[in-house]
Amino acid sequence: MTFLQLKDVSFTYPNGFQAVQHINMQFDLGESVAIIGQNGAGKTTTVKLMNALLKPTSGEVLINGENTSKFTTAQVSKKVGYVFQNPDDQIFHSDIYSEIAFGPKNQKLSASEVKEKALHAAELCGLTKWLEEHPYNLPYAMRKFITIAAVIAMDTDIIILDEPTAGQDRHATKLLVDLINHLTAQGKTVITITHDMEFVANHFNRVIVMAEKQVLRDANAREVFWDHELLGKSHLKQPYISQLAYSLNLNEPIITLDEMVSAIKRRINS
Amino acid sequence: MSMITMKNVYYQYPLEKEQVLKNINLSIEKGKVYGLVGHNDAGKTTLCNVIRGFIPSFYRGKLTGEIELDGKTIQEYSMGDLATRIGYSFQNPFTQISGVKETVFEEIAYGLENLGTAPEVIGEKVRELIAMFKLDALQEKNPFELSGGQKQRVALAAIIALDPEVIVIDEPTSQLDPQGTEEIFKIIDLMKKKGKTIILVEHKIDLIAAYVDEVIVMSQGEIKMIGKTSEVFTNKEVLTYGGQLPQVALLSLALQNAGITMPTIPITLVEAQQAIEKILSREV
Ligand SMILES: Nc1ncnc2c1ncn2[C@@H]1O[C@H](COP(=O)(O)OP(=O)(O)OP(=O)(O)O)[C@@H](O)[C@H]1O
Ligand SMILES: Nc1ncnc2c1ncn2[C@@H]1O[C@H](COP(=O)(O)OP(=O)(O)O)[C@@H](O)[C@H]1O
Ligand SMILES: [Mg+2]
Ligand SMILES: [Mg+2]
Repeated sequence: MTFLQLKDVSFTYPNGFQAVQHINMQFDLGESVAIIGQNGAGKTTTVKLMNALLKPTSGEVLINGENTSKFTTAQVSKKVGYVFQNPDDQIFHSDIYSEIAFGPKNQKLSASEVKEKALHAAELCGLTKWLEEHPYNLPYAMRKFITIAAVIAMDTDIIILDEPTAGQDRHATKLLVDLINHLTAQGKTVITITHDMEFVANHFNRVIVMAEKQVLRDANAREVFWDHELLGKSHLKQPYISQLAYSLNLNEPIITLDEMVSAIKRRINS
Repeated sequence: MSMITMKNVYYQYPLEKEQVLKNINLSIEKGKVYGLVGHNDAGKTTLCNVIRGFIPSFYRGKLTGEIELDGKTIQEYSMGDLATRIGYSFQNPFTQISGVKETVFEEIAYGLENLGTAPEVIGEKVRELIAMFKLDALQEKNPFELSGGQKQRVALAAIIALDPEVIVIDEPTSQLDPQGTEEIFKIIDLMKKKGKTIILVEHKIDLIAAYVDEVIVMSQGEIKMIGKTSEVFTNKEVLTYGGQLPQVALLSLALQNAGITMPTIPITLVEAQQAIEKILSREV
């Protein structure tokens, strides 16, 4: 059943610039969805509309069928957690534990529950050994995990990650994959904005492509990565393995390394 | 000719127990592009900060060893001299925006104004950069009212505007879409053709493999490997340091596990295409 829905949503910033136009999207509980698309397409604006950091200029955002315009941003943020694109917009405590515990504390949970949620989130994000550090002593890419943990600790139904892959290494990217799987297995919806095509090809089925204020496509990764016209319009590229398959004229819509290995094996054996 | 030389450099942040740079020995040749790669918190940004002189003058802490820029020890330069000779773009593009200018155009002009450049020259230079970075549609916008990727492009344009001899760029494409990323690599290539010395911190290994001359692999504060791009990325040792190899190199390793051996490990798409075509036509 649809849990979160954007119905014909448009948004104009206070300076008069319209950033998104007639957006329609819907998400079920337990889904993992990637949003990709060109810089300035309106991805961040769209997800900020989902958790009511921004209010639609026209159209509706519905959670469980209810229009969120009735609720305050604080109320919506109990359902929809948003991890900012820039971690430094989100961090304001002087040690990592307090940063992560802030959300559950605010939800008026008991001291033991706050601690349990914060420590669990920290562990999922690989931060257990840094809890007493000042957030700014950790490099940018690791600060991002502090903000992810802070949102996970709030235990919302929906978690939005705005470019969590930016500047991450192999190990951290794997941590992200495990984290997303863990959260969706718990029935949560995770929406991930990313510019990393390999990450999307390997770990997502459903992909939403945005360009020029609008949604151009909502489909599976394979369809998206073999539609050259769509990729061109949205300033995207095929994953490297697909580019290779294309230049080799393999005539197979390959999107992962394993698929490429099998395709080559099959050709050698035939 | 060596542009930057480091000998036995060690560094420890104030109040921290461990050194974050250990035994750094390095010679950066004039006119070459270096890819500085490694896992998160390997010390890449810290090394950049040492080169730029922010360490020790801004961050303090304990720095030892010898650092030379263009034949003179770094202590002989004033912070102002270093700022003009070394262009530095911060890892987090959001902190790069000056905060004192109201349009993208003015933001890019800001550094040139500070250098006392003549207004006519500034106008011409800024227009050139706006074209190069495809910022035409954004030039009248407030820098704070840009998307993440747009801010990152502006931040880099503002650095290139100053025309420094050495360019140190810490993950300049982290927020950029795939096409925008490739455009930045093309600009880096253009800078190389103009004779600039470039140190580029990047996680996008496939593009590093296609564009840089030399690769420096860091792990846990040390330089573990350094050499020609084609040598470093054909060596799986990179993986043991928490680094990454290009997709096509990983493919050749996966094929090898499946009993299919490529004549050489490819690091670019073109090399991979040629190698696989050979295998499929049974030339090898
Ligand atoms: N505070 C703001 N005021 C006015 N315009 C804005 C503001 N923030 C963003 N914009 C504009 O709205 C458009 C969409 O921005 P948004 O941040 O949603 O893009 P995005 O898809 O997240 O891009 P990126 O991949 O670069 O993060 C852009 O053209 C941007 O310049
Ligand atoms: N201002 C600081 N104070 C104390 N430690 C720091 C500071 N900045 C970075 N560090 C530490 O230095 C190490 C290297 O960080 P950094 O150079 O940013 O790595 P990278 O850029 O390779 O991700 C990390 O362990 C980090 O926690
Ligand atoms: Mg964004
Ligand atoms: Mg760094």
